[in-house]
Amino acid sequence: MAEIRNYTINFGPQHPSAHGVLRLILELDGEVVARADPHIGLLHRGTEKLAETRTWVQSVPYMDRLDYVSMMCNEHAYCMAIERLLGIEVPIRAQYIRVMFDEITRILNHLLNIGTHALDIGAMTMVLYTFREREDLMDAYEAVSGARMHAAYYRPGGVYRDLPDQMPKYQVSKVKDEKRVRELNRNREGSLLDFLEDFTERFPKYLDDYHELLTDNRIWKQRTVGIGVVSPEQALAWGFTGPMLRGSGVAWDLRKKQPYEVYDQLEFDIPVGTNGDCYDRYLVRMEEMRQSNRIIKQCIDWLRKNPGPVITDNHKVAPPPRARMKEGMEELIHHFKLMTEGIHVPPGEVYAAVEHPKGEFGVYAVSDGANKPYRVKLRAPGFAHLSAMDRMARGHLVADVVAIIGTMDIVFGEIDR
Amino acid sequence: MSRIERLAQTLQEVLGDKALEVLLDRGEVTLRVSVADYPLVAQLLRDHPELAFEQLIDLSGLDYSTYGNRPWPGHRYAVAVHLLSLQHNVRLRVKVFAEDDEFPLIPSVIEVWPSVDWYEREAFDLFGILFDGHPDLRRILTDYGFVGHPLRKDFPVSGHVEMRYDPHLRRVIYQPVTIEPRVNAPRIVREAHYGDVDHG
Repeated sequence: MAEIRNYTINFGPQHPSAHGVLRLILELDGEVVARADPHIGLLHRGTEKLAETRTWVQSVPYMDRLDYVSMMCNEHAYCMAIERLLGIEVPIRAQYIRVMFDEITRILNHLLNIGTHALDIGAMTMVLYTFREREDLMDAYEAVSGARMHAAYYRPGGVYRDLPDQMPKYQVSKVKDEKRVRELNRNREGSLLDFLEDFTERFPKYLDDYHELLTDNRIWKQRTVGIGVVSPEQALAWGFTGPMLRGSGVAWDLRKKQPYEVYDQLEFDIPVGTNGDCYDRYLVRMEEMRQSNRIIKQCIDWLRKNPGPVITDNHKVAPPPRARMKEGMEELIHHFKLMTEGIHVPPGEVYAAVEHPKGEFGVYAVSDGANKPYRVKLRAPGFAHLSAMDRMARGHLVADVVAIIGTMDIVFGEIDR
Repeated sequence: MSRIERLAQTLQEVLGDKALEVLLDRGEVTLRVSVADYPLVAQLLRDHPELAFEQLIDLSGLDYSTYGNRPWPGHRYAVAVHLLSLQHNVRLRVKVFAEDDEFPLIPSVIEVWPSVDWYEREAFDLFGILFDGHPDLRRILTDYGFVGHPLRKDFPVSGHVEMRYDPHLRRVIYQPVTIEPRVNAPRIVREAHYGDVDHG
């Protein structure tokens, strides 16, 4: 009788459905996965080491580049860690702005996740639709910070500046005539809040469209139902957080359980799955987008009615306004000291966590009283999720590995740091 | 009594003198235990009904050798574990100092929390802390064949070697780094209360 041996294949590091540079070594028994060994670190940039050599504020833009599909949530955790170390309060308007942008980021992330997950397992159309909506939200990022992705908008003590009164507009060019430009600029005539309000009105309709495309789609269900099943006990033991944990039926969301900023004053629900498979996690993400839309609406209402400062007036932390700097000696000194030396953070250590779209994103910051962090440890949700790859993929077919990678919502910026 | 004060009290009661220190700071509880007690404490923390830390969120290595820009008097390497109890909705940080600076060895808690697997590999990779009992302690983030532990304080930011393609040998080679070390803003520790936010 012929001897049958397991066959080992290299999945990645350059594979389109590996969502980045994942090298996955699969040991196959026929078409069934016997063992999966992810090799990570191909995108390791040493963010934690770099943060030790820069002042506290200089590391904010590095945080954008961790999970590069949910930029502002990373900044949020980092800024919260610094604020807790310093023991300062953030102005209420800045808190609402942060919550609003966290939720915009959540929609951005889930849109990418669902679009690419569907693309990976055979539904081409989804990604075209979701990227259309991402465009509008990217424009909101751009309006507020000048950058479409790596915003560096959150700062210790608040946010960099108040919401703009006007939106950037399309201009007539060789490919866009006047009529088309007028059509494109229709919802950009007012302020950023008007633009976002228009988006929140349109978005539930889009969500219905997605449901129509996927939720009852037979192929989609064949590829996701019963794939990568995780029981609640396993999800806890393997360190799962976010939709990966809620998909298994554990109602745990930091926005409700350990509310930060103004989440305790907003109305929203936490969707929970029952079976813990890829399909339930997809449904959880879809519903989370609807809830995020609700939160954004409430934030817009509040922000319209309540003007105010958006960054702390404590000039040991945040620089004074430029206009006052031109005349006041004190302000000039503060600005100079902040820009050359940076914030001095009292010794101590904190762990600040936010409910990132992918799970719990935490920053463990240790300060020894210097103007630079002594140690910054970034707790990325994807790291814990990917470490369970072997346990989740065992016994599934090779094609299901792609579905499992998709449902984990893997982004290598945060896993490799 | 707040939730964290109650947690601190429970820790003292359950662990007794195994808890070397229970510190309450900025709304967070830090528990320091010795290397010898660490596996037993981990088991208690997970299984005791009043503690019930069912989830290990994070494990981070620490190198204290240049803390405060001064020589550090105690042990150099430590591990900080962040635990979460969903049942009681509290967090806890457990800190363990490795007793030998030349050969930092800490027992693995992979039997208690399986999620610690990659975190221990990461701390081994970046700090060279060894975890006794870990079944698969390989490097995880750095390159295959990497030498050194990059997050140790005596490891330069630019590293020791750089990689380039050699057209004569027609392969990728490693050579000593050519980047000059550069410091834009020096690291300064001022006197106590220098930049305090509530100072004028």
